[in-house]
Amino acid sequence: MSEQTILSVRDVQVHFKVKAKSRLPWAPPRTLKAVDGVSFDLRAGETLGVVGESGCGKSTLSRAILNLIPATQGEIVWMGETLSTASPRAWHDVRRDIQMIFQDPLASLDPRMTVGQIIAEPLREHRRGMSKEETTQRVRAMMAKVGLREQMINRYAHEFSGGQCQRIGIARALVVEPKLVVCDEPVSALDVSIQAQIVNLLKSLQAEMGLALIFIAHDLAVVKHISDRVMVMYLGHVMELAGKDALYAGPRHPYTRALLSAVPVPDPAVERAKVVQILSGDIPSPIDPPSGCVFHTRCPIAQPRCATEVPSLRAVSDHAAAACHFA
Amino acid sequence: MKASLAPLLQKAADAPLEGRSPWQDARLRFMRNKAAVVSLLMLAVITLACIAGPMLLPNQFDSADWNAMSAGPTFAGWHLFGTDETGRDLLVRCLIGGRVSLMIGALATLTSVTLGIVWGAIAGFVGGRVDNAMMRIVDMMYAIPYLLIAILMVTLLGREFYLVVLTITVFSWMDMARVVRGQTLAIRSKEYVEAARAIGVSTGGIIVRHVVPNLLGIVAIYTTVTVPGVILTESVLSFLGLGVQEPMTSWGVLIQDGVGVMETAPWILLFPAGLLSVTLYCINFVGDGLRDALDPKDR
Amino acid sequence: MSLLKVDHLAVEFQTPDAAVRAVNGVSFELEEGSTLGIVGESGSGKSQSVLAMLGLLARNGRASGTALYQGENLLTMPPKALNRIRGNRLSMIFQDPMTSLNPYLTIERQMTEVLELHKSMTRRAAKKRAIGMLEAVRIPEAAHRIDQYPHELSGGMRQRVMIAMALLCEPQVLFADEPTTALDVTVQAQILQLLRNLQHDFGTAIVLITHDLGVVAGLCEKVMVMYGGRVMEHCSAADLFARPSHPYTIGLLRALPRLDEEGAALRGIPGNPPNMAHPPAGCPFQERCVDANAQCAERMPALDPLNGDATWLRACHRPVEQMKSLHEEPSHV
Repeated sequence: MSEQTILSVRDVQVHFKVKAKSRLPWAPPRTLKAVDGVSFDLRAGETLGVVGESGCGKSTLSRAILNLIPATQGEIVWMGETLSTASPRAWHDVRRDIQMIFQDPLASLDPRMTVGQIIAEPLREHRRGMSKEETTQRVRAMMAKVGLREQMINRYAHEFSGGQCQRIGIARALVVEPKLVVCDEPVSALDVSIQAQIVNLLKSLQAEMGLALIFIAHDLAVVKHISDRVMVMYLGHVMELAGKDALYAGPRHPYTRALLSAVPVPDPAVERAKVVQILSGDIPSPIDPPSGCVFHTRCPIAQPRCATEVPSLRAVSDHAAAACHFA
Repeated sequence: MKASLAPLLQKAADAPLEGRSPWQDARLRFMRNKAAVVSLLMLAVITLACIAGPMLLPNQFDSADWNAMSAGPTFAGWHLFGTDETGRDLLVRCLIGGRVSLMIGALATLTSVTLGIVWGAIAGFVGGRVDNAMMRIVDMMYAIPYLLIAILMVTLLGREFYLVVLTITVFSWMDMARVVRGQTLAIRSKEYVEAARAIGVSTGGIIVRHVVPNLLGIVAIYTTVTVPGVILTESVLSFLGLGVQEPMTSWGVLIQDGVGVMETAPWILLFPAGLLSVTLYCINFVGDGLRDALDPKDR
Repeated sequence: MSLLKVDHLAVEFQTPDAAVRAVNGVSFELEEGSTLGIVGESGSGKSQSVLAMLGLLARNGRASGTALYQGENLLTMPPKALNRIRGNRLSMIFQDPMTSLNPYLTIERQMTEVLELHKSMTRRAAKKRAIGMLEAVRIPEAAHRIDQYPHELSGGMRQRVMIAMALLCEPQVLFADEPTTALDVTVQAQILQLLRNLQHDFGTAIVLITHDLGVVAGLCEKVMVMYGGRVMEHCSAADLFARPSHPYTIGLLRALPRLDEEGAALRGIPGNPPNMAHPPAGCPFQERCVDANAQCAERMPALDPLNGDATWLRACHRPVEQMKSLHEEPSHV
């Protein structure tokens, strides 16, 4: 992992206009603040895990990084080039270097295309001059790399299991040798025994190809196994951004602490002895997020200050930054 | 001997396995539907008869057989369907009428399906206000009483063959437009389209490579839904005297003829009506078979 | 005293392509007031086994075997008799509360319906009881919430409503099919704690179907591991997590990413889930099993007590002492 920062996300916001509460024409329009000011840097070869519960904005953030859903505010800087104001032409070239893996393995594959055609599509798009033989060769090589039998090249997506479909998705993302792969919950839809296969595959491919990964998941245990740093999100804000060891051993933000204590551990003795920090209430809607610190409505250590002042993400140690007045 | 076999065997082992495309799956499922397969065969038989029959049969469709006027079905003189009041052989007239009905059916279906697909795909893909406007136009077309307008059009423009096709087209494209728009919207929000955008495929590329192939299924189904409607519309227009002109005939015209002498010479009504009914039933069964075969819910 | 005694339960579905054997011989006993976790991945048949017992199979499904509840076989019971038991003595909650609650009826109507049907209560008395139950499941402002519609509540609250509905008639057994899978982790923690408390207060036996071993560890005394429609291992939770004795269980535990482990690599189980349309003749796990031998492909091993201990059942041809899986890497302890 080199020191070179390849991606810089600065204060990115993704807001959606939503219908006003009442039909009356003077009712104020409402905004859904899916992502509300997220900043982080990513170095070459690094894995950043992004965790959070529903409504935290992690999926929307991933789409914003790839401009599939344009960010309404903020900057995305890739390899020194500011992308948020870039032309479609510039974005097209960047897409060779930033690829994506999706959550639903089968739905992200076109049912009318063969596996070979699916994996070859990025090559067709970004390496126009390549001959048919060379394309097929590269596709086969990629299939072997992700653990698919090369003879399956003419098969269709629905003839594969979930885990194999996800391997096809990985092959498709990696065939153009990108520098960054954004993985949006790539193992959530898979069985536990298959999850482990796919996570290990991603790790080995990352090491082999020097990839940077942004790994989005709701399962904290999976994220722990693959990430170098972890970013915890809640209602469109970053609550904590820390090195993996720092975060799991000593979380500084009350939300992270509650999240970690809530994860069930497969050990009856540990589970029965555990004191879970139960958060009161439900996750508020991102349409009307709470004022000040968005977490204050459920926070066990909330003070009056938290309802009025938004805490900024500041360093609390060498390896950790938290957005809390009392971290 | 063994040495030379090895590379061959290796090649065979390495050879890519053929996949089962969704189309092949659909064909298999279609073949399992007996009603659909039988209907398809019947349609093929009828079409073949209409095309080749009049060339093989001795009678002409417009020549009168003075020896057999208003004769019932008989083997004498090849009047298998009988003759009408002027002695014209009904079998040949039915087959010639079939040619016209089926041809108008095919042409009008082709034009209305094309118009419907283009309309629906643009509306579905562009979305927003354009989609809204285009669909409101479709709604307005539905609201117009087609028969009155058809009568108006035919009266003003005449009864040429292509004008009849035009009139029918104008009122038959809306179903396809709606359905294609719906399917386009559905496909647009599918994850594999998002994946294609993430790869960097242009909008045109997405339409050609991802949207169109996934539309074909629903297009095939709704084409078979459009055809009976079109044939029936033509028959209704002909029945009202607004269809093709004499001496050309179609099933609608023949039915019109038959209604007049229903009590004395019922076969003049029954045979063309029967042919029309059987054709429409068969198309419906084939359409049902296609729908079941291509139904994505089964996957 | 066992409440429920299931013997050789099998479920088969007739599909146009092939007959699918979703469940292929499941046997277990459930004691009063106990908690049983049924664990398995996709295709294991865990949900279908329970649905079969409650008569909730899809139209093309057929169940065979016996499921004795208080001496009567649930599988062959006439629908009217089964209806009296369902929702009353045996109740069930499902994974997605949005689709399990009727969106067109208020919460009150859905809950009072249960009481009116099974306890012949008047609407007013039923409403009072329902509010009491909603308070027991910690729904704030229960008296106000009861008149709301399902879409007005959050996912966590809807699941609580489901639990409240299921417990209204104080059933002897509560079946929970992946009750927390669709919920966020913090909400899941709330629901699991709720289930623990309720089980303690009401003494209901709980059968928890899940793929999440962490959830099982926190809630269940006994665990039954299923794969490919069969039971692989059935023992106490303490034994299962500390000394798993079946190659599949061992593989599963090793594949689990854990918060409490430092730097241990994840070990996936090679291969893919079984195709239940063409179930293998022998053990369904054999093609992915490190300890498989020729016998495994031909004959399904019987579910036998381990070392004579009748509370620890295991279905494997390979004796524990000879298992390679145990020695490949130390287990988490």
